[in-house]
Amino acid sequence: MRSSPSEPAGAAVAERPRARGAAVKSEAVAGFDDVTYEEKRKLFEEVRSDLRFPDYLYGCYECGICVAVCPSARFYDFSPRRIAQAAARQDVELIYQQMQEDIWECSQCFSCLRCPRGNNPGGIVTIMREVAVNHGLASAKEALEGYSRIIYKIMSTGTQVSPDMLQPDAFPDWGPEVADVSNQLALWRRALPPETLHTTSTGWDVSDRTLIELYLIWLETGALDMIRDVDEGLHMILEEVMEERLEEEGIER
Amino acid sequence: MPIPVEVMLKKKERFERDPDTIPADFHDELFRLEAEGELIVQRIPDGQPVVEVPTKYGRPKRVPKGHLWHHKSCGQCGHIPGYSTSIFWVMRKLGYDYEDPRDQTSCTAWNYYASATSNEAAQAAVALRNFATAYESGYFPLIHCGTSYGHYKEVRSELLRHPELRAQVRRVMDKLGKPMVLPEEIVHYSEWFYALRHEIAARQVRDFSGIAVTVHPACHYYKLVEGDAIYDPDVYGGQRTAVVTALAEALGAEVRTYSTWFDCCGFGFRHILVQRDFTRSFATIRKIEVMKEEADPDVVLTHDTGCVTTLDKSQFAAQAHGRNVGVAVMSEAQFAALAMGAHPYKVCQLHWHSADYRPLLEKMGIDWEKAWVEFETDVAKLERGEKEFLSWEDVDG
Ligand code: SF4
Ligand code: SF4
Repeated sequence: MRSSPSEPAGAAVAERPRARGAAVKSEAVAGFDDVTYEEKRKLFEEVRSDLRFPDYLYGCYECGICVAVCPSARFYDFSPRRIAQAAARQDVELIYQQMQEDIWECSQCFSCLRCPRGNNPGGIVTIMREVAVNHGLASAKEALEGYSRIIYKIMSTGTQVSPDMLQPDAFPDWGPEVADVSNQLALWRRALPPETLHTTSTGWDVSDRTLIELYLIWLETGALDMIRDVDEGLHMILEEVMEERLEEEGIER
Repeated sequence: MPIPVEVMLKKKERFERDPDTIPADFHDELFRLEAEGELIVQRIPDGQPVVEVPTKYGRPKRVPKGHLWHHKSCGQCGHIPGYSTSIFWVMRKLGYDYEDPRDQTSCTAWNYYASATSNEAAQAAVALRNFATAYESGYFPLIHCGTSYGHYKEVRSELLRHPELRAQVRRVMDKLGKPMVLPEEIVHYSEWFYALRHEIAARQVRDFSGIAVTVHPACHYYKLVEGDAIYDPDVYGGQRTAVVTALAEALGAEVRTYSTWFDCCGFGFRHILVQRDFTRSFATIRKIEVMKEEADPDVVLTHDTGCVTTLDKSQFAAQAHGRNVGVAVMSEAQFAALAMGAHPYKVCQLHWHSADYRPLLEKMGIDWEKAWVEFETDVAKLERGEKEFLSWEDVDG
């Protein structure tokens, strides 16, 4: 069995910024002086109070195994070890910097679960991203630019990837087959033997009742509200789509 | 000094997992919560034939052969529809019944891992809504996507561990009028193919003995909540997951290994959609080129939506840069279907793939030009309005 966290989740966070050591990405934790320490601490507290956080961090040996298996570490100035260490040291300044500069580089592959300590740096990144989105951090806005139509698709239709996304101008690097699919789309979908797959704007045919249930989930769990700060326009459109549909069905919330 | 290969191999034969790293069996908590009335555990329906398969820490896992509720994958259905079609086709050919539901949503985890525009309560509720729907249908869930499978196992761990999360999700499920249900096992389709590999091989009509294969094991299949992924002492000495490889071997193909097998494919969830320079570079440099140099396969087989997409689609641009790429990529479900005589276009839908699969088909003894004419003839019937859709009977004609 794995041992318990070396720094319990309930330990007090340092009131003042601490000296930063080798784990710092760049010498100066630059560019975020305009954000108060209190604000940064509040965000860290939110990360730390996530239910999953104690399961994702058990201290760090600094062995670097997670870095060796990390695809993002190979192509970006990114390191799961730094993520785990900053969290273990509760380095509020560094964690803020990572939320602005690092977290969107992670591939969420979870190769880093190979950590001998039982840490889950990729899982810590997931939580940090959620907090970044919730607070409309600049990094989240930037990362989600050009991504709205995908959020719209998954939240409003229940399938994220649809055949009609395969457009040659969206995927010019995927070869001429994308244009073939796009040109023949409706016909080639009708040639698929499973009856649920004749759709073009959703992955499969999703029933109306199911969509309504999905909308209730987004609304009841606060998932829809999460995007309010990162993309106000998208939030408004989705809210309208969902509430209208629920109203038609006579469902009160 | 020469490398003591013999000593290393002997050690590998004696490979055993460190007992300190063995996680608790989730079933204990699952059945305890059921006994306390907190949730329902969906059992494999009585009378359904079951195959017991070995998992990472030696615990047996029960995989039902039939009466399955297909939890489809949006990436498979949307962009590589021959993947899903092949799963259904093989199941039909072996005579097992199934349900292809319309009251299923995607797990929504691709978006979650890409954008974090959701939270654990929403993710858990999406999972439980699907599980409750399967339970109400009487069919047992079979998960097509590796990410759905990994994510649902994460959701299960969190639900079993955190009463406050269960309470939150229960409130939502009450609103939906649905029960809290978890299946006794979360089963991935590649586990079904592993379990049924000898039945599949018994129906093989094409000779694959000359086909060289490399396998990319999907991260979210065996890295996320690793305990119930299939590991077989007879495959890689039990040190890597056995799915895909065991099937390819049962079909007589030659599985060749390569050094970066543990690396992910480069999918990245958000990267494949909005930062593909990373995806392309990783897929090319760390996967396809290494496979080509070290193993020179005829085909790359994998068992997840994102991996097929990434490894297949990333080769086109790399080819333009003169990189050492150019190898067919498909799921082992499509590979198995081809072995059993499936039509490469009407069933396996290879025209949706990018990397050149034609040399592979030729090696399999398939006349792809003739097959394409057959597909186009059928499509022309749709175009002329003689038929609205092609049916299962049509694709076997
Ligand atoms: S989950 Fe993120 S941090 Fe972990 S190995 Fe994958 S890319 Fe690296
Ligand atoms: S593998 Fe684990 S212990 Fe080692 S550096 Fe990474 S997080 Fe720390």
